[in-house]
Amino acid sequence: MRKIKEFIIEKLILLCGIASIFFVIMIFLFLLKEGLAVFKSVSPFKFILGKSWYPISEPAQLGILPLILGSLLVTLGAAIISIPIGVGCAIYIAEIAPLRLKEILKAGIELLAAIPSVVLGFIGMVTLVPMVKNVFHLPTGLTALSGSIMLAFMAMPTIVTIAEDALYSVPKNYKEGALALGATHWQAIWRVMLPAASSGILAAVMLGLGRVIGETMAVMMITGNAAVLPQSILVPVRTLTATIAAEMGEAVVGSEHYFALFAVGIVLFVISFAINVTADLFLHKKQ
Amino acid sequence: MLRKSLLVLLMCLISAYAFAAKDKNEIQVKGSDTMVNLGQGWAEKYMEKNPNAFIAVTGGGSGTGLSSLISGTCDIAMSSRNIKEKEIALANKKGINPNEIKAGLDGLAVVVSPANPVSKLTVSQLGLIFSGKILNWKEVGGKDEKIVLLSREVNSGTHVYFKEHVLRKNDPNGKEEFAPGALLLSSSQAIADEVAGNSAAIGYYGMGYVSSKQKPLAIAKDEKSEYIEPTIDNVLNGKYPISRPLFLYTNGLPQGLVKKFVDFVLSKEGQDIVLATDFVPINR
Repeated sequence: MRKIKEFIIEKLILLCGIASIFFVIMIFLFLLKEGLAVFKSVSPFKFILGKSWYPISEPAQLGILPLILGSLLVTLGAAIISIPIGVGCAIYIAEIAPLRLKEILKAGIELLAAIPSVVLGFIGMVTLVPMVKNVFHLPTGLTALSGSIMLAFMAMPTIVTIAEDALYSVPKNYKEGALALGATHWQAIWRVMLPAASSGILAAVMLGLGRVIGETMAVMMITGNAAVLPQSILVPVRTLTATIAAEMGEAVVGSEHYFALFAVGIVLFVISFAINVTADLFLHKKQ
Repeated sequence: MLRKSLLVLLMCLISAYAFAAKDKNEIQVKGSDTMVNLGQGWAEKYMEKNPNAFIAVTGGGSGTGLSSLISGTCDIAMSSRNIKEKEIALANKKGINPNEIKAGLDGLAVVVSPANPVSKLTVSQLGLIFSGKILNWKEVGGKDEKIVLLSREVNSGTHVYFKEHVLRKNDPNGKEEFAPGALLLSSSQAIADEVAGNSAAIGYYGMGYVSSKQKPLAIAKDEKSEYIEPTIDNVLNGKYPISRPLFLYTNGLPQGLVKKFVDFVLSKEGQDIVLATDFVPINR
């Protein structure tokens, strides 16, 4: 009797395990099937490197280089802002903060993660956008920079939580050893703790960036959505995600535009897949 | 396998929906954001008079409405542009036969901030500005300031209408496009807000959205014509150069509740609502 019960439970759990992989594969195949159809009318080379995106014109111009660069620029900006602050925050929480402050900070970070992105986007639209416009004397505040700042807020919780975990799991005797050899607290952190936790911290950064590149709502609201090749971070850009979200409603199922949007989805999938795999490699290196 | 079962599920849902729609006196109206308030006004008044009927009105853009008519998820599509050849072909393939009904007119206001000294432009100047050939306000008599272009997203009928009639000047073989640097915003309200706060911005939308925080420009057909303000009278007498028809599309000739609703829209009462929501009635 007990054996049968064990057996059933084991198989059920196995099924759950397989289900997630199954869904991923199905989604990926569907994405490929719908997305690759666009390459009947436009060559992959032209699609990736084309400089203009006019999907509803006759004939349609489907070049997504401005969208890819837009996504990468916003992500890069968010990385530059969120990595130092996020890692700094993690070091403080893991190594320096007294216990009570540590609890408060951790709760605060979790709260930041709980804010829906559309709310952040809305707040950004009414506060950050006019500020960016005035500070940099720009014609408009709907720029890549505004998007980067807002997305940095979204990446930070992930970076802080995972980097803090990585620092916490460094064996305590490393730090004690360093202190015993006469290192100051900061020297112990900088020379011993950080290198020991480096692969975990890199994984944290990659996962944070994975979240940024997939984010849609907030960037759609505050980056201006102009499909130009960005010359600097102070111009409007259009990201891959915002393009799909803004245009999917219009695209008639089975049209060239529809397939092109799925192909944009493939590109997005490949980018975030690459980021996640890199993060995974770093995590495994640690073990 | 998964797709098949999803498809079956979808078909069940659609057929269940079709049955429900038949005996529950319920129709779905979807499409143009420009027309959402208008559609809402019609639906409210109609339901007030016929408490049994239920009419749901949603927006999303003209393209969205037409593509749901084609996929059979709405009964009436509101559209601020004509249906495209491509869309008709697709609809016929799916057994849908789009039927066009003109329900009103709309003047397209081109707006700038009240702080902007420019107050009139010609259609060809507008075309040059929005296609990115005129880049600075001083070229059209304004301050030395870079022009910030605001446009709607590509799913908007307003976007398509403006491109075809202002940028390409009704030339079906025209190649002009919006400047790639134009900011594509997701609603007329977003454009109104940005124009209100930005003295270098220029945008366009249905004249119903103009408030005291924006300044609508007077538009002339060419250099020799007089500059005309976007008012209801000027749209009605055909003087204002950028006005467009507003359409309802049904599948085949309207029948049952859809027909009753369309008849109501075209009646004097329905057209009064058109006027009350700052659009221009057709039957007068």
